Amino acid sequence: MRRSKLLYVPFWATYVFLYLPIAVLVVMSFNSGESAYTYEGFSLKWYGELAADERIRTGLVNTLIVAAGSTAIATVLGTLLAVGLARHTRSKTLDALALMPAVLPDLVLAIGLLVFYSAIQLTLGLYSVTLAHALFSMAFVAAVVRTRLTGADTSLEEASRDLGAGPVVTFMKITLPQLTPGIVAGALLAFTLSLDEFVIAFFTIGNAEPTLPIVIYSMVRFGVTPKINALAAILLLVSFTAVIAGQRMTRIGESRAQD
Amino acid sequence: MKSEAKARPAPRVRGRRLGAFVFLSPGLTYLLVLLLVPLALVLSYTVFQRGRFGGVVHEFTAENFTRLIDPLYLGVLGGSLRTAALTTLIALLVGYPTAYLIAQLPSRWKTIALVAIVLPFWTNFIIRVYAWIMLLSGPGLVNSALGKLGLGPYELLYNQGTIVTGLLYSYLPLMVLPLYSAVERLDPQLREASANLGASAFTTFRKVTLPLTVPGVLTGCLFVFVPSFGNFVIPEMLGGSKSTMVGNLIRDQFLKARDWPFGSALALALIAVLVALLVVQAWAARRA
Repeated sequence: MRRSKLLYVPFWATYVFLYLPIAVLVVMSFNSGESAYTYEGFSLKWYGELAADERIRTGLVNTLIVAAGSTAIATVLGTLLAVGLARHTRSKTLDALALMPAVLPDLVLAIGLLVFYSAIQLTLGLYSVTLAHALFSMAFVAAVVRTRLTGADTSLEEASRDLGAGPVVTFMKITLPQLTPGIVAGALLAFTLSLDEFVIAFFTIGNAEPTLPIVIYSMVRFGVTPKINALAAILLLVSFTAVIAGQRMTRIGESRAQD
Repeated sequence: MKSEAKARPAPRVRGRRLGAFVFLSPGLTYLLVLLLVPLALVLSYTVFQRGRFGGVVHEFTAENFTRLIDPLYLGVLGGSLRTAALTTLIALLVGYPTAYLIAQLPSRWKTIALVAIVLPFWTNFIIRVYAWIMLLSGPGLVNSALGKLGLGPYELLYNQGTIVTGLLYSYLPLMVLPLYSAVERLDPQLREASANLGASAFTTFRKVTLPLTVPGVLTGCLFVFVPSFGNFVIPEMLGGSKSTMVGNLIRDQFLKARDWPFGSALALALIAVLVALLVVQAWAARRA
């Protein structure tokens, strides 16, 4: 097939568009000058200032607490839900319900949770954010695990049932071990989504100490500071490494599965 | 008095029911308590009055809905629709050729190209938007580049174009991925056949490739439109005070004005638009 050279214009434009802003951030994070806009030479001073920033450190710790807690809840509930939906019901309504938190706009989830927490007079804090994050993370875990279940060979599960094992025993001894890669992938997704989530946390944190995205939001609103460039560069490095490592892991997992 | 034949399936059915209960009830309870009950509360608030100091007074009123059709709020709703639609259109125009080319790459490059599309998506959302403030603000990179050409400086931030740029930057990957999987699934023989029968590349695209990828196009459009429409962070950071979108209105009703009933009515309007789109999408996907 011949294809028009013209196609390459939007193709490369897409990549330039996606990476130019990021590249500028990273370069400016090594700026020795005070300005966030003009590059005056190499320095690591903004990284030093970043490490000394109490608000950012607390924000990071809070973000990790919320991400760990919500990932734990979401992984357990999401996995059970996925198995239940794939093996124990044919209801399309329940399928749609399980996906709903992932499909609804985050703003709608956020106000719903705020209204609910206020109606039951729950004092807002890190745990209300954790419960909220678990809600949409659960939907993603369930979706990822379900994809694996639909493709999986059910003959072992049937054999287990025919030999008299109940649903729980079959799940623990047969299904769960088969599902582990999917569960790990779902948990990683849940963790990453929680780390970055802003809107729902913004509504459900109350007056408690904020998570990192909220700290960044308030810093940015006070104006551009090179400290954020340094933070951006570090977060970029972390997430790029995580994505590429994840990519490697799935490839290794796939090639093992083929052996 | 049970016969052998009737008794046999019984344990299986009981196991199935027990299994359904054991596996489904924890997650469904969570969804009931933290999703359905909250949504029902928001829905019910739309017909109540606001309290004097915020909160909700349980007296019926239709006022929240009559306020919705005030030209001021209708204007914001229409403006948000326009901004989200424009973002979706540009994402489609840029995303389609990109996805198409990625699908044609040799498999090693394909993976790299795809990962490179998703990679920026995995970094903090606020920081990605912030990067555009760095680029576009008064003394930013774009203006200083223009300055070297003897142009500017221009006010590049705080207009609708900046909002569309920010939304596009945030959600373009969500357009490329479904398009890619739609193009990837195409049988190359169909295009070869079309070319062998004398169709030009453009005709082949119009008559073969495009119709077969309509479901991917619809999914991509939905993925970009939904988060763009209700966004309040990007309009606030890149749009300035003049550019309010429906998301900003909702946020303000809940966190600043503390008029929860009217905020709920606005949220209902937002959901109504999205449900209407979902229905159209499902209908169009079935026809495709």
